[in-house]
Amino acid sequence: MNPTLTTWLRRLTPIAVLAVLAAIPYSGITIPVLFDGAINNPGSLGLLAVCLVFGGLALSYDLMFGRTGMLSFGHALYFGAGAYGTAILVRQTDWPLWTVVLVAVGGTILLALVLGAIALRTKAIAFAMVTLAFAQVGAILVARNTGGLTGGEEGAALVSDRLPSAFVGVVNTVNLYWLALAFVALVAFVVHRVDDSPAGRVLRAVRDDDRRVDVLGLSPYRFRLLAFVLSAGLASVGGVVYVLVVHGASPHLVSSDLTLSLLVMVVLGGPGTRWGPVIGGFLFAFLDNRLTAVGTSDSVDNLPSVLSGPLSEPLFILGTIFILCVYFFPGGLASLRTRLGPLRTLVPARPRPAAQGRAPS
Amino acid sequence: MSTVILLLLTGLGAAGLYFLVASGLSLVFGLADVLNFAHGLFLSVGAYAAWWAATSLPGAGSEGLGFVLTAIVGVVAAAAVAALVELVLIRPLYKRTIEQVLVTVGLSLAGVALLQVIWGADPRTFPRPAWSGGVTEIAGARVPNSSLLLLGCAAVVLVALQAFLRFTRVGLVIRAGVEDRAMVTALGIDVRKAFTLVFAIGGAAAGLAGVLAGIHFTSVTSAQGGSLLIFGFITVVIGGMGSVTGTAWAAVAVGLVQQFANYYVSGLGDIFVVALLAVVLLVRPQGLAGVAGGASA
Repeated sequence: MNPTLTTWLRRLTPIAVLAVLAAIPYSGITIPVLFDGAINNPGSLGLLAVCLVFGGLALSYDLMFGRTGMLSFGHALYFGAGAYGTAILVRQTDWPLWTVVLVAVGGTILLALVLGAIALRTKAIAFAMVTLAFAQVGAILVARNTGGLTGGEEGAALVSDRLPSAFVGVVNTVNLYWLALAFVALVAFVVHRVDDSPAGRVLRAVRDDDRRVDVLGLSPYRFRLLAFVLSAGLASVGGVVYVLVVHGASPHLVSSDLTLSLLVMVVLGGPGTRWGPVIGGFLFAFLDNRLTAVGTSDSVDNLPSVLSGPLSEPLFILGTIFILCVYFFPGGLASLRTRLGPLRTLVPARPRPAAQGRAPS
Repeated sequence: MSTVILLLLTGLGAAGLYFLVASGLSLVFGLADVLNFAHGLFLSVGAYAAWWAATSLPGAGSEGLGFVLTAIVGVVAAAAVAALVELVLIRPLYKRTIEQVLVTVGLSLAGVALLQVIWGADPRTFPRPAWSGGVTEIAGARVPNSSLLLLGCAAVVLVALQAFLRFTRVGLVIRAGVEDRAMVTALGIDVRKAFTLVFAIGGAAAGLAGVLAGIHFTSVTSAQGGSLLIFGFITVVIGGMGSVTGTAWAAVAVGLVQQFANYYVSGLGDIFVVALLAVVLLVRPQGLAGVAGGASA
């Protein structure tokens, strides 16, 4: 194909996909198994919005993991900070929503700056453990219902009478869906801009060989911190969108399980690739939700208990898929194209050598 | 005074539990560079196996010799699962650190889900010996017996582990392997055989921790391993990875800080532990016993 045409196609495909996704609320098609009822009913749109938020969140995590090579186990803390910050500020203050969002996101960025500056004194595995420990404090504070703000196990509900009316009520689920879509677009725009900028090249260099970066006179520490803070900031925006979509924050948002799930999403999708993490996050959230429905359906319940038990636990299935993926699909879903590429060029060429091989016999 | 003694001994009891969890993590990390997220699963496996033995296995029970058998079943089950995990899942991925971490993460998700399928998500009452629920009076303080049991078991494991590492040939290979694996391999010794052993030892310690945690918290849940694992990680980082002595000191520090802070600053023990971690990292990023640059290599 003509190279300029390929470039144009590559640039236009995401925009086309975005347009299709934005138009989904206008179509009433039903997809059995995947969705209950029509795709544009509030239930399906809400599910899609949650999946989109996780798609964007996974990409923000990949800015650290796949692109800069930092294995953090504390990303949930910043997502949770955005979500809880919004829920608490809406209840405790009479600020308009945009101020609340600015304060929640700004506060999270400050938090990430301080914690990142400490955690980045360590590298690799030690860094992973330190971020895990910091996130654990967040989880403990939330679970203890510190200051009566977080609501402990119950979570913090979003008081809806102080929100703009466009975000309240089942009828307006469509607006929340568009908001989630805008969030994915924002994360993709920021992360891809960073990717293509000189700073993004330094981040990749830090991932591949940080001593070399040091020798070249740049500070790997500063670039790691940049990636850490930027990714935490994007995660907190994700938290804000999430809390608007599901109308509340629950302790699960700050748990280490959520960060582990993020890691699974990114690896399933393809770390360091342009769209892999988004697809991985979307699919993981979707499967996690829908497998619960499938697991309790009659067809699974009728299986012998040895099978139906494990199949009713989405995390068992996803964990197993993930382990298999690490062994057999190291590049994740995004590597499918490059893996199938050689196969496609091989297929037409195959008959000839086969015919030659058969001739002597 | 009696309050201080009580806090001291319960703190040391908690330290015993953290040491049992962290010693295996630290050895496995020091020798094989594997950050083992499935370690909490080993702990839960040990606890559930002991629970199963006490309720269903003839001869085992919750009192006297029967409980010894119960505990042995828990320890052996955890060690067997750990060795199996090393042989089947970790071995093919040696030297690919990130992939190993990912596999243990997947294993911890899938394994805990599987435990939930088998034994349910609700806590199960652990069949503990009656005496472990009592208290012993030491210098005016009424110390729970379970804390003393934890402390005693951890001390025995620490001494046994040190003796094993110091006086046996395999122990020598393990110590040398932690120090410089390439050199040991160059001398013609297959370090990988030691990997399986270290995993089994770590699994056994985690299994024992599971049984003792069952006694201490009076119940077993599938999530218990995961929450103890985080404190295990903190202990390992503070102690300097790969050093059993460092891990022991770090466990003592973590346990004492947690208990004293819980008492004097109303339930903020966990926060203080993480603050301790932050301080250690700022002052000595390589951990208490770590060599400079060792933890970051």
